[in-house]
Amino acid sequence: MSELNEHRAGKLHGIWALTNRELKKWYKAPVIFTLSIIQPILWMGLLGKAMNIGAIFSSGSLDKLMSNLVLTPPLTSTQTQQLGVFFQGLQTSIMQNTFNTTDYFSFMAVGMIAFTALFTTAFSGMSVVWDRRLGFLNKALSTPVSRGVIVFSKVLSATLRSMFQAGIIIVIALAFGLQFGASFSPLFILGVFAILFLICVGLSSMFIAITIRSTRIETPMAVMNLITLPLMFASNAFFPTNIMPSWLQTVAQVNPMTYTTDALRQFLINSTTDFAQVARDFAYVGIFAVVVATIGIVLSWRYLSK
Amino acid sequence: MSEEVIKAEGLTKIFNHNLTAVDHVNFSVKHGEVFGFLGPNGAGKTTTINMLITILKPTEGKASVLGFDIAKQDSDVRNVIGVVPQEYTADEDLTGLENILLCADMYGIPRKTAKERAEDLLKLVELTDFKDKRVQTFSGGMRRRLELACGLINRPKILFLDEPTLGLDVQTRTATWSYIRTLKKEYGMTLFMTTHYLEEADNLCDRIAIIDHGKIIVVGAPEDLKRSLGGDVITLGIKEDVDVTELVRKVEHVKDVKKEDGTYRIKAEEGEVTAPLIIEALRKKGYTVTKLSLTEPTLNEVYLEFTGRSLRDAEESREAFASQRITMMRARR
Repeated sequence: MSELNEHRAGKLHGIWALTNRELKKWYKAPVIFTLSIIQPILWMGLLGKAMNIGAIFSSGSLDKLMSNLVLTPPLTSTQTQQLGVFFQGLQTSIMQNTFNTTDYFSFMAVGMIAFTALFTTAFSGMSVVWDRRLGFLNKALSTPVSRGVIVFSKVLSATLRSMFQAGIIIVIALAFGLQFGASFSPLFILGVFAILFLICVGLSSMFIAITIRSTRIETPMAVMNLITLPLMFASNAFFPTNIMPSWLQTVAQVNPMTYTTDALRQFLINSTTDFAQVARDFAYVGIFAVVVATIGIVLSWRYLSK
Repeated sequence: MSEEVIKAEGLTKIFNHNLTAVDHVNFSVKHGEVFGFLGPNGAGKTTTINMLITILKPTEGKASVLGFDIAKQDSDVRNVIGVVPQEYTADEDLTGLENILLCADMYGIPRKTAKERAEDLLKLVELTDFKDKRVQTFSGGMRRRLELACGLINRPKILFLDEPTLGLDVQTRTATWSYIRTLKKEYGMTLFMTTHYLEEADNLCDRIAIIDHGKIIVVGAPEDLKRSLGGDVITLGIKEDVDVTELVRKVEHVKDVKKEDGTYRIKAEEGEVTAPLIIEALRKKGYTVTKLSLTEPTLNEVYLEFTGRSLRDAEESREAFASQRITMMRARR
């Protein structure tokens, strides 16, 4: 045992070991794993099917309107039919213009993918605090593993988890009636995961960077509560931005969630895919991810040890 | 003259600009010895260790470990040392073996070598039968042994142990001591440890540094320190509520008298000759001796001599601390 530790590994050694450590806590615990699959199903059912905006324009509401309408002379049955077709067209046109698809559920389900990415990564800050409190962080810091790797393994594990959950969301959404857009091609699924990878790296780096110095578990929770909902609703995840008030539109325009959701919709449900817009989405989210991840790693050099 | 493997000069750590945890300490550790930091809670022991293992940056001063500067060559230092921290840092959701392999990965040790070493280490700390059990199910002693195994995975030249027997029962403590002796004897490893336990320091350490309020008060081999007190210690109690310090001091051979909670600690060159003389002197004045004991100086006497306080108070708070920690561990599950 007297010889020196002869294994001087590269700068990135240990990254998979540390990432896998976090993932194991998830996939080796049947309860947590099952819950993480049930949770998106619940959300999808509640938000997607309960907030069914398309149903507002359903024939039911039209019939009521018609029965209250007293015209002289009364409409002929042909005219009633024509009016019915007109309203049908109006519904389709409003839905198409507002949501870019006639089916709100499809619109929402895609927003849900982004939502899941946001919520899963939001917990990444907590694991830093746990590791600090339980002493694991100190142990990791006393080994030659680089500080950046310690932080990046957390980013990576949160990212992989979110991507897995997002994949499940897509499958469930399909089962619940998500309709792919006219221009959808199976290759686009790769694009979906690419943009998800970028946003998850960015978001989890952000949550970790914010809570990297905190020693109390309450801090990341408060941060989560403060940030996640505004990020979600000041974006196009559940509602298009062009019908928001202008100040909110401004917020939505700098929100990376908007670009993520847009790219997801372009890939999955839009009838025509605007590749120029997709490229812009990727550029924006990509820059966000690189900048925030860099900040996270720089902070980890400074602040992981006091 | 042995090689100095750790050298600290004016090492200082000030937290938040006003709390001086470690105050300009100087010491050196020789190759192959067990060096102990002895002191109460909050004396700065853990802070010193954390600076040496490069997870805390010193505010002032410098130190080197195997010739590597702890501030500038921190990753070189981390590569050649092993650390057994005070807390149980193993991941509770992983098994014992998985924890050791995780440590190996953090040192960049190839999987094949890591597995071989893990088996050896599990055997050394007698955890082979439990290697596939989750750490959650481990007792305190098993966790401590697992920490030891993790700290040895990179075959360190120096092993740092922070309170290696904190909160352990007597049996496990004795076992831990024997592992430490094995490491020293068979592998020629240098060990740096902190402890509250006087008997641990006495039994295990080749040299100790008594540290209090962030300052090193004295450094030396336990035997030398005890000898340096020069004589025996007589503990005396009397029935009457009067101060007899001056009276006792005048007795022949008595070197020093200290009064502490109604009992007197008397240092004398030849205890067995002096004790009767003291009794005689007191009886002449009409005082009744209720208690008298004669001891050769222990490390506690050394501690008392140099810090003016007994370590017993510190030990009590240590036990409270350990039980509090165990409660916390339970709460987490």
